[in-house]
Amino acid sequence: MTEKTRVVIGMSGGVDSSVAALLLKEQGYEVIGVFMKNWDDTDEFGVCTATQDYEDVIRVCNQIDIPYYSVNFEKEYWDKVFTYFLDEYRSGRTPNPDVMCNKEIKFKAFMDYALSIGADYVATGHYARVRTVNGKIELLRGVDTNKDQTYFLNQLSADVLAKVLFPLGHLEKKAVRKIAEKHNLATATKKDSTGICFIGERNFKEFLSEYLPAQPGEMKTLRGEVKGKHDGLMYYTIGQRHGLGIGGEGEPWFVVGKNIKENILYVEQGDSNEYLYSDALIASDVNWINEVESSFSCTAKFRYRQKDSQVYVTILEKDRALVEFEHDERAVTPGQAVVFYQDEVCLGGGTIEQVFKNEKQLQYVG
Amino acid sequence: MELIYLDHAATTPVHPKVLEQMYELEKEVFGNPSSIHAFGRKAKYYLDESRRYLADSICANDKEIIFTSGGTEANNLAVIGTALENEYNGNHIITTAQEHHAIIHIMQYLQKLGFHVTYLPVNERGQVSVADVERSLTDQTILVSVMTANNETGIIQPIDEIAALLKEHQAYFHTDAVQAYSMLDIDVKKSGIDLLTTSGHKLNGPKGIGFLYVADHVPLKQLQYGGLQEKTKRPGTENLIGAVGYYTAAKLAMENKQNNFDKYRSYKRIFLDTLREAEIEFEVNGDTDIALPTIVNVSFPGTKVDVLLTNFDLEGIAASSGSACTAGSLEPSHVLKAMFGSRSDRMYNSVRFSFGSANTMENVKEAAINIAKVVRRLTE
Repeated sequence: MTEKTRVVIGMSGGVDSSVAALLLKEQGYEVIGVFMKNWDDTDEFGVCTATQDYEDVIRVCNQIDIPYYSVNFEKEYWDKVFTYFLDEYRSGRTPNPDVMCNKEIKFKAFMDYALSIGADYVATGHYARVRTVNGKIELLRGVDTNKDQTYFLNQLSADVLAKVLFPLGHLEKKAVRKIAEKHNLATATKKDSTGICFIGERNFKEFLSEYLPAQPGEMKTLRGEVKGKHDGLMYYTIGQRHGLGIGGEGEPWFVVGKNIKENILYVEQGDSNEYLYSDALIASDVNWINEVESSFSCTAKFRYRQKDSQVYVTILEKDRALVEFEHDERAVTPGQAVVFYQDEVCLGGGTIEQVFKNEKQLQYVG
Repeated sequence: MELIYLDHAATTPVHPKVLEQMYELEKEVFGNPSSIHAFGRKAKYYLDESRRYLADSICANDKEIIFTSGGTEANNLAVIGTALENEYNGNHIITTAQEHHAIIHIMQYLQKLGFHVTYLPVNERGQVSVADVERSLTDQTILVSVMTANNETGIIQPIDEIAALLKEHQAYFHTDAVQAYSMLDIDVKKSGIDLLTTSGHKLNGPKGIGFLYVADHVPLKQLQYGGLQEKTKRPGTENLIGAVGYYTAAKLAMENKQNNFDKYRSYKRIFLDTLREAEIEFEVNGDTDIALPTIVNVSFPGTKVDVLLTNFDLEGIAASSGSACTAGSLEPSHVLKAMFGSRSDRMYNSVRFSFGSANTMENVKEAAINIAKVVRRLTE
């Protein structure tokens, strides 16, 4: 008897990874479900959402008859993801912990763990696809364009992707729910988790204030006109409209920038305000899944679930790249990911470092 | 793939004779032992017979045996019951840092109630020192609780010496003998043990039954209220089928004690010899010479315990470590921490293997060969 191909799947207790596990099992793999415990949110009553999620993993694994385990990456998560998350906020930027979590935890620490228990492949419930063309591994968008998660996977290397299976990549979310319902999976009607995993359903501001001291300060226009008070720069992101508390006549107000040194939040009026717009950026930590030309045209996303924009990329020294936009872009935010695409193929991505307008860096965006 | 069970310290398979006895009893005898009619009398007869045998097995009087749902409940009743009933004599309790959670967490609860608890250290051999117990005693000490043998390392504790030390002291002596009961000869009278905990499912009996021995001179506060069962110390309709199952299992265990002891000791020897022959790096935690033959705790330098246990399970080998934490992840062992300190790697790379009725010389050796293979793969 030849041994089956062993797939270790990361299961969160949600419907997506449940269905992914089911599909792998149906495809004839030897499937092992593993729950990652990355964060300890045990409250004063000893209740922890991870425990409830793990219970769901157990129920689903029993339903589809696969073994399950739990692995603890709290230390790795704290060191690699949460520390980065706080550092970014401290320097006035808007981090993307999900990108970091995929890079450092799910496709590094977890992958190492999976390989150490004999995995041939590692699987997750991400909406993305991997294909091999002439020996070249490519990352493709998920078929469900609304759920496509390649934005968060932009830091993965081809070597890593060669060992990855995304069973949901060719499915629409609706179809995934249907499969779960058809098989009566325990998680079939479970609500999708929203927001950042370690914050969960909690109030973001309240959460952040437990880790970073909030320093209230002034809200000003770029010309220096005081418009009010802010609660702490970390609570705001570029392009934000709600929660500013600036009333009065005329168009709504938006966050356009931050001055960390002087603790000022810059605001300007009107959605079409010129200060909200930029025409180029420099990205750092750029990862190319496969080799690219030194300069080329492609499309890019500056935020998750944003439509692609046409850009022109020039590779700079080391892992930096200049990205020029065909049209001005609204609220391009340092700390967020810029991710590149050629049609269906995700080429890679990086972290937005500096933002430009008319070849001048916009210092005020931070 | 044949599964090999090396986790008898967690629980054991019920002996077929025990199952048979329980099945036959439940078919014939369903009465409530407290009822005054024929049905009740018959039930009471079997309950009393069971109690008498279990009492005999530790040289106790049958009136000194309280049936409980198992070891945890017996420990709660012993420790909280003694503490609350004797608080006018003092508020100090002595225990060790390596007790089972069903002692440690009880002690933490008592601390919240205002009791003062001393957690004695253990040495690298895995033993608490009698001199430390002596030094910690004050005129406020009302209870000393030290396990007979540790559940993670199997290391036997000097309970006779501790009990002797307390003969001239007001403090009562409790020992959790859950792991040791089936392996060691216990004479509570000779040793001077005041309270002793056992559990049925550790010796091929059913889950959900255990007993607490309470010497008749020990005043104990009941923790739950209801009927008059178990001399009111543990009210609630008796678990007759459990008690009979436990009795049957204990009888088998006592009659075969020496045989089993020698057999499991040879299993442990072949297990460790096989690991040595495979030339993998490992160290036994604690001193094998003073351990129960059933338990061995092994550190594999350069590995991680969750990865080890998952790999073993996928190879069909069931073993364990420490205790489960939230969401199925593992908590570093407080026992190894007590022995080696919180900076020791052993807390993160050690596995407990425990032998018993599901083992044969062959399957123990086979398991050791496969364990060595996994360890070699992970450390290469």
